Amino acid sequence: MSDTHARTTAFVRDTMLPEAPAPIAQRGAVKWLRENLFSGWMNTALTLASLYVIWWLLAHITPWFGNAVWNANSLAECRAILDGRSGACLGVIRDRWHQLLFGFYPPQHYWRPVLALVLLFGALAPMLFSNLPRRLLWLSALYPFVAYHLLWGGSIWIPVVAAAGFGVGALAWRLITPYTALGAILAALVTPILWWVLAAGAVAGALTSVAPLGLEFVRSDRFGGFLISLVIGISGISLSLPLGVLLALGRKSDMLLLRSVCIIFIEFIRGVPLITLLFTASLLLNYFLPPGTSFDLILRVIIMVTIFAAAYIAEVVRGGLAALPRGQYEAADSLGLDYWRSMRLIILPQALKISIPGIVNTFIGLFKDTTLVVFIGLLDPIGLSNAIRADTSWNGIYWELFIFIGALFFVFCFGISRYSMYLERKLSRGHR
Amino acid sequence: MNKTVLLGSIAAASALVAGAASANTLQEVIDRGEVRCGVSTGLAGFSAPDANGVWQGFDVAMCRAVAAAVLDDPMAVEFVPTTGQTRFTALASGEVDVLARNTTWTFTRDVDLNLRFVGINYYDGQGFMVRGDLGVGSATELDGATVCIQTGTTTELNLADYFRANGMEYEPVPIETNAEAQQQYLAGACDVYTTDVSGLAATRASFADPENHVILPEVISKEPLAITVRDGDDRWAGVVQWTFFALVAAEEMGITSANIAELAQGTDNPEINRLLGTEGELGSMLGLDPEWAIRAISAGGNYGEIFAANIGDGTPIGLARGLNAQWTQGGLLYAPPFR
Repeated sequence: MSDTHARTTAFVRDTMLPEAPAPIAQRGAVKWLRENLFSGWMNTALTLASLYVIWWLLAHITPWFGNAVWNANSLAECRAILDGRSGACLGVIRDRWHQLLFGFYPPQHYWRPVLALVLLFGALAPMLFSNLPRRLLWLSALYPFVAYHLLWGGSIWIPVVAAAGFGVGALAWRLITPYTALGAILAALVTPILWWVLAAGAVAGALTSVAPLGLEFVRSDRFGGFLISLVIGISGISLSLPLGVLLALGRKSDMLLLRSVCIIFIEFIRGVPLITLLFTASLLLNYFLPPGTSFDLILRVIIMVTIFAAAYIAEVVRGGLAALPRGQYEAADSLGLDYWRSMRLIILPQALKISIPGIVNTFIGLFKDTTLVVFIGLLDPIGLSNAIRADTSWNGIYWELFIFIGALFFVFCFGISRYSMYLERKLSRGHR
Repeated sequence: MNKTVLLGSIAAASALVAGAASANTLQEVIDRGEVRCGVSTGLAGFSAPDANGVWQGFDVAMCRAVAAAVLDDPMAVEFVPTTGQTRFTALASGEVDVLARNTTWTFTRDVDLNLRFVGINYYDGQGFMVRGDLGVGSATELDGATVCIQTGTTTELNLADYFRANGMEYEPVPIETNAEAQQQYLAGACDVYTTDVSGLAATRASFADPENHVILPEVISKEPLAITVRDGDDRWAGVVQWTFFALVAAEEMGITSANIAELAQGTDNPEINRLLGTEGELGSMLGLDPEWAIRAISAGGNYGEIFAANIGDGTPIGLARGLNAQWTQGGLLYAPPFR
């Protein structure tokens, strides 16, 4: 035995071998490459084909951007500078960027839309991030009036008096609530309308004559480019969400008349292409309105875009409502909550959370759909690219303009989509 | 085209309703202090905003002349960009007072849509452009060619008629817009691009190598592009029409923006005197003052000056006068006498 042992000891190590690195093929980048890119002849072929496509694209795009010409005042000048090489003529962006962004907005007033956009983020912050003080929501509520005044200008008293309508409604509600709840709701609805229709014009006129304050008035036909996309898109988004939620609730309502009206509205609007609604806004509404009234085209478009998006939002939210277990509705009822409280406190928070991806999807679609206004002669970025090409200096230029416009849209849509992912993560964490 | 006709019919049907509001356009324009002018959303040489947002072009100049005649300010124009679909309704509904948007004068538009075509400011026609290396010298040699053609336009029908009449075959490549057509043509997707000759010239001017492309001599259709107003307001139609004729007559009589101040002092030529208001009462008959024509001509010059500045030989578009020369030069421009 001991012999055996004595003979074998020579082969027994008494020290541990140091850990050897894994073979080169089994670690790091090589392993990753082998597993993910070259794991079989099929994947290897696909990888090589993809690499070739990427190389081919870069080989064409890089010199195109690398040779970009900024200091040219016409396409012909660009071509002379490039002298036969392939290159982007970004001089058109330098020459016309202000038009693509602001349309024909007076240059000395560019700060107004810029400020309105900055304030927009300020106004959105309390709505988007729940860790900010809730009081800030009052400032957000004021934002539409501030933005209107910044963008269009005119007498400062018009938005003030319009905002006062809501104050009048709240006052009526306060005064009547102690006596009758239903009457208070009706009064809160009717008095602002009476105020706007009967009193607002006269009051604004009187205040203007006493104190003519305000920014210089900018007409709607000066709006264009990305400004018009943002004005239509953001108004459409912010107005269509509440309208869509109400429509969804109406469609689920037990009241036959209300339900039928909502169903007809949603199905009719969803069944019609947006472009048809835009043509209606630009062509037919003029005939229905009394002669001589000229109703701002941008406003008409905003109304049409809003009801179009609201119909889609309504169906998205209805999906969220349908996804909630029946028990949630019954639980809300068993707590003795009335309809609005149960919706506000129990049903909608859950339903809207489920609907977030669909709602954001609709918003992004709506924002991109604003480019359809080109067909009714509004000069949005796409329309302006056409108009810029009609200038003899820039006739024949395509990619530069479309890449610029595409980049602008991408920034906004990507931002919206990132925020929605943040929101989903945050809300789902609360339920873990 | 069908869509246009349909929309136009709606416009016509509703014109009775809207018409009441616009019975006195001249007074409305004076009260508003601004002429509303429908132009295209962008057509090289005819209407386009420049880098400062000021509209420029041949059609635009017509509107400025009207504004100068009526309001004494060529800049007192609100330009309303209109598309092929919205242009006639915009006019019928009163959104614009005058339409200067390369609109072809046709029977149905004039009679059925209740438009009033007051003057042909550009005689256009459909033509063909080919690459020079094809060695084609005439449209009759185009048998078997692939042709880029905008769908849903009269040019499509004209093309079919022309090839059938000449016993030739062609393969259409349907495209939607002029911009797309340029790309397709340059990429070699079609041998021939066909549209109005003015459009071909503007397109060719935008190429890197315009000398390698040929516009064939054949013009296969008549496209009289006219200034248009609403039916039912003869006073306003007269103002627009005679403002245009004043520009044409000024060229014929040799009145330019350079010598007009001198000629307005009075000349030995009674027709010039009548036009410029030093003799007779032509202005007041239109409901304007005697200097109306002086202002209209001073705004952008006479017809020839406007043509030369926007689409003529000296511009990148480089159109020859051709049919748009004065009748004395072998063209079709012919203003009735100012008397």
